[in-house]
Amino acid sequence: MFGLGKKDTTVFVVVIILALCAPFILNPFPTGSSLAQFNAGYPDLMQRFVIFGIFAIGFNLLFGLTGYLSFGHAAFLGMGSYAAVWMFKLLSMNVIPAIVLSMIVAGLFAVMIGYVSLRRSGIYFSILTLAFAQMSYNLAYSVLTPITNGETGLQITLDDPRILGASATADGGIPVTNLFGLEMRHFTTVDVAGWSFNFSVGYYLCAVIMILAFYVAIRIFRSPFGMMLRAIKSNQQRLYYTGLNARPYTLAVFVISGMYAGLAGGLMASMDPLAGPERMQWTASGEVVLMTILGGAGTLIGPVLGAGFIKYFENIFSKINDGVLHGWFAFLPDGLENFVIAILHPFVGKGWHLTLGLMFMLVVIFLPGGLVEGGQRISKALKRNKPEDSGAARKANHEPAE
Amino acid sequence: MDAIILQILNGLDKGSAYALIALGLTLIFGTLGVVNFAHGALFMIGAFCAVTLNRILTLSHQVVDESRKDFLGNPLKVDVPYVNDWFGEAAGATIIDWSVPLAILFSIPVMIAIGVIMERGLIKHFYRRPHADQILVTFGLAIVLQEIIKYFYGANPIPTPAPDVFRGSFDFGVLLGFDPNVIIYPYWRLVYFGFAALIVGAVFAFLQFTTFGMVVRAGMADRETVGLLGINIDRRFTIMFGLAAAVAGLAGVMYAPINSPNYHMGMDFLVLSFVVVVVGGMGSLPGAVLAGFVLGVLESFASMNEIKSILPGIDQIIIYLVAIIILLTRPRGLMGRKGVMED
Amino acid sequence: MGILEVKDVNKRFGGLKALSEVNLSVAENTVHAIIGPNGAGKSTLLNCLVGKLIPDTGSVMFDGQSVLGRKPFEINQMGISRVFQTPEIFGDLTVMENMMIPLFARRDGAYRLHAFRSVESEAELRSRAEAMLEDVKMLDKRHMHSASMSRGDKRRLEMAMCLVQEPRLLLLDEPTAGMARADTNNTIDLLKEIKEKRDITMAIIEHDMHVVFSLADRITVLAQGTPLVEDSPENIKGHPKVREAYLGEAA
Repeated sequence: MFGLGKKDTTVFVVVIILALCAPFILNPFPTGSSLAQFNAGYPDLMQRFVIFGIFAIGFNLLFGLTGYLSFGHAAFLGMGSYAAVWMFKLLSMNVIPAIVLSMIVAGLFAVMIGYVSLRRSGIYFSILTLAFAQMSYNLAYSVLTPITNGETGLQITLDDPRILGASATADGGIPVTNLFGLEMRHFTTVDVAGWSFNFSVGYYLCAVIMILAFYVAIRIFRSPFGMMLRAIKSNQQRLYYTGLNARPYTLAVFVISGMYAGLAGGLMASMDPLAGPERMQWTASGEVVLMTILGGAGTLIGPVLGAGFIKYFENIFSKINDGVLHGWFAFLPDGLENFVIAILHPFVGKGWHLTLGLMFMLVVIFLPGGLVEGGQRISKALKRNKPEDSGAARKANHEPAE
Repeated sequence: MDAIILQILNGLDKGSAYALIALGLTLIFGTLGVVNFAHGALFMIGAFCAVTLNRILTLSHQVVDESRKDFLGNPLKVDVPYVNDWFGEAAGATIIDWSVPLAILFSIPVMIAIGVIMERGLIKHFYRRPHADQILVTFGLAIVLQEIIKYFYGANPIPTPAPDVFRGSFDFGVLLGFDPNVIIYPYWRLVYFGFAALIVGAVFAFLQFTTFGMVVRAGMADRETVGLLGINIDRRFTIMFGLAAAVAGLAGVMYAPINSPNYHMGMDFLVLSFVVVVVGGMGSLPGAVLAGFVLGVLESFASMNEIKSILPGIDQIIIYLVAIIILLTRPRGLMGRKGVMED
Repeated sequence: MGILEVKDVNKRFGGLKALSEVNLSVAENTVHAIIGPNGAGKSTLLNCLVGKLIPDTGSVMFDGQSVLGRKPFEINQMGISRVFQTPEIFGDLTVMENMMIPLFARRDGAYRLHAFRSVESEAELRSRAEAMLEDVKMLDKRHMHSASMSRGDKRRLEMAMCLVQEPRLLLLDEPTAGMARADTNNTIDLLKEIKEKRDITMAIIEHDMHVVFSLADRITVLAQGTPLVEDSPENIKGHPKVREAYLGEAA
């Protein structure tokens, strides 16, 4: 189906179902219940899941396939955001031109930065991309203030000269981003028994684009181009002596991956029309590295999982405070309860970055294939536990990604 | 002329910090072949050693002071640091005042211990893994270390003053025959520069004149051969890692009065120090030191108004620009050996 | 005129003269061996042929065209493939994928962006890859992860990857270095088979005299960067100069 192999089709269908049913899947707990705080099905957070999913899918095309570790990809995301906001300010509040421009701008910068950075490989490539990203960040903060509005960030104002559309709405408010009239911030809440589910226009736009982006990524993975990229990672010397020039391939994938980042940035601005320099900082680039590695670099579904995982924990884990912990461990004797909470305290709430850092280290050390590899190992271990009907089990139980 | 001297002086303290961090990074890269993204975190921990010692020294108990009354006429309770009880009031106050220099002594064992634990517990398993993996795992470690510091010390910068004698500035210009008040330079920055020079000198002397240093230098040139000679190079490398951690820590301790320590200062310095290492030449110790000072001074020149008016924003990007040009035209850096990490 | 003509090539590394006045002519459809003691300049010469090094003076012509100043991938596209001393394959890829890459390189040139077509759909290239694997008796291993194979299999795979490009000249850099006797004999048989089946010119750099004398039509002896003699294997065996410079030491 869709020109994909059987296994890829399965993965693709799973991603489609996950994306389209996210409002249900992420709200598994009834609104009134004590677990409702673990619901992630509100529009804002769901949008971030899929936007960072797109970002990570693009990053994975570069890092997962070629092994070139860019530490400056957030720069493209930031540029995409700025481009989109400018489009809102000057042209129209419709998201389509903004998203298109954000991809074009990010792509152009990726051509320039990639052309220079890809002349080196290994750690030098990482440092070059880092240097370019920090340059962009510093400039956005300082001299480029007329374009970026410096530290405050670029925003929509009431006196924007919008060519197609009004500077302000009839009642004097700032217009909102829309898709041919469908407002991005609009959402419907459906209450079913104790549950409530949010269906947001913005989320579904992002989800559809993420599905498309994922599809393109699968096609690239399975194409001769993708195979060449894996060959570059595996053995550049052999590639050169096989009559192939690695540079155009790496540049092409660098630009594609930059455009994915730009797309993510454009979508981010479409959901909430503002753009600030902190989106370009190298620690923001580090975040997408974390997502990709944590999920499983070089696998199809890994980056999406990683992005969802990190964004979920960033928003949910950080909400766990001592009160919540006390609620959980109330069944323990008092002394033990306080002890357990004292142990857990540094890792939750504001300290969730510590948990993330530790988890990331553990993954790099023990699970170089990320969560996907973890899943594969578990499913293998399960198979080993029932050796009798192993033949049938092995056939039915194919490995998650790849 | 006076403006140029002023800029050189201004560049020296930042340059000193770059040079010291880059020196440690290069020691680790040159001896162990490991790209350590957690090195900035070690610098940050050094700065927090100064904070910690200051806190330990100012640990106080409350004493009722009959001579002072609050507005109701009751005797006032005042905090008296324990050091005052032990050494007398005057000596106690001096000790607290000198807490930053004293932290040098405090930080050396702490940093060496952290370095050794890091190497034995984590880094040694990554010698044979690709550089990308090393970057990733040390990046993760850097996050963990900075979050631990944040947990204990909070997210805000903690002012850590230099001893009273070194506070304030002096008129450096007069010494050189310029008019008064043209070249004003804070004492502590001069101290920092002198301290950095001392550390750099000590590290080089150590590598040059001790047997241990000779073996390490040989190991940097050719690890396998030295291993074949039956010299236990691994243990020496562990010590090297401890030493590099100590150098980064000392740089951090003394930097605390210049820039109030905060938990993310390591990440801020890390990127720049890597750039410094690359400009100096991967694996070249003199290159790292030279590039540290050169880039520090260049950065302060670029922030002169005369230059900024011609090239706006140049002060923000000069270091990166230099690094990019160096990497593209001379990948082995200013003083790197031919063939080391060139590709 | 041979297919490969090396004329008056000199190469210095600092004070060391690696090659001096090297002349060499490899005739089409022959196996030409280049032998010589360690440090004789064999590898330097080979690197000058494939574009890794550029000689200081002299010319290297392949089929009437100069290869000097061209990059390795351009030289490969001219019809020269190379087998390395330690097998260089794409270890992260399967055997079949390893075979597909050289085929794409031949069909599409040094660079072509096929981002949206699947590798599976290339039926014609796949059948050619399978035929080649059949030839080197590796068809049953086509789905294997190539890094997990034995060294002998890696060597076979590398040769298959070179041959599937149908090169006019195959360069082999000590193809049996570090191999056990049985593996060496297998490689000799494989090369003989290749030579019988197709029109191909080979230039072999080799240490092992057994390999050289079982394969070569012509032998050039290199010593201290200069060709000492060039002759047929029979004459080389008895040549006094060669015995003195090379075989004498070995015996």
